[in-house]
Amino acid sequence: MVSFLTYLVNGISLGSVYAIIALGYTMVYGIAKMLNFAHGDVIMIGGYMAYCAAMYMKLPVIVCVLFAMVICTLLGILIERFAYKPLRMATSLAVLITAIGMSYLLQNAALLIWGSTPKSFPQLFNFGSMKLFDGEMIIPGTSVLTIAANIVIMLLLTWFTGKTKMGKAMRAVSEDKGAAELMGINVNQTISTTFAIGSALAAVAGILLCSSYPNLMPTTGSMPGIKAFTAAVFGGIGSIPGAMIGGILLGIIEILGKAYVSQELGDAFVFAVLIVVLLVKPTGLLGKKIHEKV
Amino acid sequence: MKFTKTLLAMILALALVLSMAAIAEETYKIGFIGPLTGAAALYGNNANDGTKVAVDEINAAGGINGYMIEYNPQDDEHDGEKSVNAYNTLYDWGAQMIVGCVTTTPCIAVGSVAYEDRVFMLTPSASSTDVTADKDNVYQLCFTDPAQGTMSAQYIAQHGLATKVSVIYNNGDAYSTGIYQTFAAEAEAQGLEIVSTSTFTDDTTDFSVQVTDAKNAGAELVFLPIYYTPASMIFQQAAQMEYAPLFFGVDGMDGILGIEGFDTSLAEGVLLLTPFAADATDDLTVNFVANFGALTNGEIPSQFAADGYDCVYALKAAIELAGVTPDMSAEDACDLLIAAMQEIEIEGLTGNMTWADNGEVTKSPKAVRIENGTYVSAD
Repeated sequence: MVSFLTYLVNGISLGSVYAIIALGYTMVYGIAKMLNFAHGDVIMIGGYMAYCAAMYMKLPVIVCVLFAMVICTLLGILIERFAYKPLRMATSLAVLITAIGMSYLLQNAALLIWGSTPKSFPQLFNFGSMKLFDGEMIIPGTSVLTIAANIVIMLLLTWFTGKTKMGKAMRAVSEDKGAAELMGINVNQTISTTFAIGSALAAVAGILLCSSYPNLMPTTGSMPGIKAFTAAVFGGIGSIPGAMIGGILLGIIEILGKAYVSQELGDAFVFAVLIVVLLVKPTGLLGKKIHEKV
Repeated sequence: MKFTKTLLAMILALALVLSMAAIAEETYKIGFIGPLTGAAALYGNNANDGTKVAVDEINAAGGINGYMIEYNPQDDEHDGEKSVNAYNTLYDWGAQMIVGCVTTTPCIAVGSVAYEDRVFMLTPSASSTDVTADKDNVYQLCFTDPAQGTMSAQYIAQHGLATKVSVIYNNGDAYSTGIYQTFAAEAEAQGLEIVSTSTFTDDTTDFSVQVTDAKNAGAELVFLPIYYTPASMIFQQAAQMEYAPLFFGVDGMDGILGIEGFDTSLAEGVLLLTPFAADATDDLTVNFVANFGALTNGEIPSQFAADGYDCVYALKAAIELAGVTPDMSAEDACDLLIAAMQEIEIEGLTGNMTWADNGEVTKSPKAVRIENGTYVSAD
């Protein structure tokens, strides 16, 4: 029982990282109707930025996190401005290919700057662990932090999209771009803001990811990025609570699958889930069924 | 005018080719293949630096039979395909023999090509039996994987380190799987109880399941026949779960202290089976550590560096015994070296070595412990 609970908590912690990454995919998809495949690599850049801030500049933890967030936000805005904005009117396939190209560009830039030798991410957060059942079950401090960060981000985003003017503009753009523009909403600026928020989240995700799994290299973001994309589709792409639920469920499935079925097939379960969901409920758990108007 | 120019250019080109050939005749050409960048770069760089120390020493002392050694290291990024490219570069350069490859997978790939070309290879550290299997031109300076697994189990049992043992290994990797299999067999013979066995693959970053498994099974010792990068993640995740068994590694663990950003206190107390300890006090080791430090700005050599160093001296002994000359082709040198390798006996940094006709080495293992961020002899 204790070991089951340990696996469950590990799964929720891993899933929380997926969820935060998935939020970035889902927000951008919901508003710009594009799959930003470079998102996973922004996570990697976030990890490297925090690594540099902590190891070379010896900044305090909170400053490291803010530094990574600021750099990633700027990077997100730049990517949007130079790679995606000129393609606003292009076919979705062209945008998708640009995103894949951007992903390779970021990976290779990181390879050039930091080399391919893996770096060990420092332990930024040195909280004690939580002990339950007379110390039989130990929850690592980083897991607690990851889960807490996930909940806070979820609440903030819900508040932001529901209550603020920019949030309302985002929902309007995601509903109907043309009508939103007619109502006086600056669509381009709204999309840029979405990218900025998504990239700031990517920085947080990168730091949390590397804190739990401290192996930093140029391909660090690829696999979690793909899994988080799966999570976003699982939960219903475009839906913020969907990304959250999808991410956490995926993390739990991965860890429990590894623990009780087969350690080699952990990744396979994740993608099997994607296939099953697409077959049974193509719009995902919380996805809306949209009738295309002809 | 134009004709004269063309003629002049042709003569110059001819002179260049002739002079290159003349230089080539006067030196022994030794190539090196190993991962100088990438995930296994620490191994490759250490082996390369150790090899360089030996080449410099021999050249400073007057070379082999009075001829200097020309040394050419090539990067393979621990990738089979890139390793064959590196080999082709060396073959075109005119390498007479090769120190390499440093890691197993590339060594198997290059070994088959070199077997066809008849080029002699002495690998410092590629430890799978597949490296030498059916290839009479490939010799190993390190222990084979089966030998490492067997000796680890014997060491653990004889020193009474634990009775309940857990194993975490990479089942997508020939090196790791090979050691695990012989370890499991010998552990049973030695009366060790393997309470849990978990696996992972190259992409794995989450080791929580594997560590929880070992912890819940009550293992006193976790045997890690794996490379240092996943090992560093296992140490960190075990520390987060406050699980502190005795970790026991093999030669792949060597290099863990060199990972950039790694908190070495996590590896405190880790034991690893390796044929070389840099803190040994014999003259050979002390001298090597000093020369290695001078070449690398004060780095402490790992087992890979010592392996590379010993490779060059083994080749020197074989060259002298076989009467290989600098003007010989790699093909002619190959058969002579093969015969000589089985005859020579080397007193090297990694022990007293002799070779069998299948290319495997015989020597005795040592164990080192990580204490205060450095390797110390455990015996």
